[in-house]
Amino acid sequence: MLIRAFSFNFAGLQNVSGINFLFKEGPKVNAKFELKPPPYPLNGLEPVMSQQTLEFHWGKHHRTYVENLKKQVVGTELDGKSLEEIIVTSYNKGDILPSFNNAAQVWNHDFFWECMKPGGGGKPSGELLELIERDFGSFEKFLDEFKAAAATQFGSGWAWLAYRASKFDGENAANPPSPNEDNKLVVIKSPNAVNPLVWGGYYPLLTIDVWEHAYYLDFQNRRPDYISVFMDKLVSWDAVSSRLEQAKALSA
Amino acid sequence: MAARALLTRKTLASVLRNDAKPLGVGIAAATHSRGLHVYTLPDLDYDYGALEPAINGEIMQLHHQKHHQTYITNYNKALEQLQDAVAKADSPASVKLQAAIKFNGGGHINHSIFWKNLAPVREGGGEPPKGSLGWAIDTHFGSFEALIQKVNAEGAALQGSGWVWLGLDKELKRLVVETTANQDPLVTKGPSLVPLLGIDVWEHAYYLQFSNV
Repeated sequence: MLIRAFSFNFAGLQNVSGINFLFKEGPKVNAKFELKPPPYPLNGLEPVMSQQTLEFHWGKHHRTYVENLKKQVVGTELDGKSLEEIIVTSYNKGDILPSFNNAAQVWNHDFFWECMKPGGGGKPSGELLELIERDFGSFEKFLDEFKAAAATQFGSGWAWLAYRASKFDGENAANPPSPNEDNKLVVIKSPNAVNPLVWGGYYPLLTIDVWEHAYYLDFQNRRPDYISVFMDKLVSWDAVSSRLEQAKALSA
Repeated sequence: MAARALLTRKTLASVLRNDAKPLGVGIAAATHSRGLHVYTLPDLDYDYGALEPAINGEIMQLHHQKHHQTYITNYNKALEQLQDAVAKADSPASVKLQAAIKFNGGGHINHSIFWKNLAPVREGGGEPPKGSLGWAIDTHFGSFEALIQKVNAEGAALQGSGWVWLGLDKELKRLVVETTANQDPLVTKGPSLVPLLGIDVWEHAYYLQFSNV
């Protein structure tokens, strides 16, 4: 019951699939996946991220992942499972099964919209800032590492700030990052649809989508500019702090 | 659609007849003062707008002047760094550079092929293949339409970034359709594979015109 007391302060959060990973033995989400809207209107991130980008990125890409996932899952043994279960099961230790890409991309995009807010950016505060300074040396060094990860993810993928808990579950892992970083914040990059859920023991706190579709309309090939602007003006540090609290509570 | 609209049968047929220059030679190079070739951006054989309406001029210019140029710049940089690492017998550095060389060098190779495979309609772009290439396609795929279907299906199914290829397997003497991830050249799928036609299915290749369609 204590776990249920935690909640995100997002407007528009309609179902819990985005945070369900934190509930290890929690309620199963009804596997009727829906396209969740971002917690702000599609023009809410203007002029930094255009409405047109949101219309395509959320309205078409994200929607397509949801629709295709539904088609793949219905009537199969995955039907009725939560999104997170489908992701981990179909990751299949790296030998990915057909539903992985759609499932993971649904989760990734739900998570991504929640990482941003109108008037975002600036610096984190409180415990999050303390941990960043502890584990990276300074906020600036964290920024450098995160931006470098995002810029050097060749091809499509994501960059993450994650909280790595000590209960490292190697069972479903294939080439996870160094296991010597317990209860620490880490920066990770991942290709295509892969996310830290598949490695076990990682709690994603922040992500940036570096598939070209995420930035091409606004920035064309200038991925570094997109990354800078994301950090300067879009990141919702409130959301990141909330997730850190949850991660610490669940991994304690 | 790109295959149908823009294949240049001349280029493909000439590769099959073995009278094409090896693709490496076509890539412009200049001599660096350290004895290292410095790669430069090859010119297109047509104007940026010449492929409209199939591919618009804005995409062609960005794709060529920004994306391809960036691969070349970073390829040159990685090769310089590799030269240093090898000279210093720094194995970790040499090995660590392989990813950047494969990615950026592959990007240069693949895009150089790509530009050559396209032509304006008035110069034959989009005409179906004939001669030995047409015969080979019919033999190995049943028909040109069947090839197009296969290429379209493979391209649409590719997750993330990559390329769809029509290739020749020199050993088995047959045509194949293959995909590669990111900027991996076709040869990474098999040493006897020769790329005939490559279709760039990175989002940058079509996003401004087709978005996610």
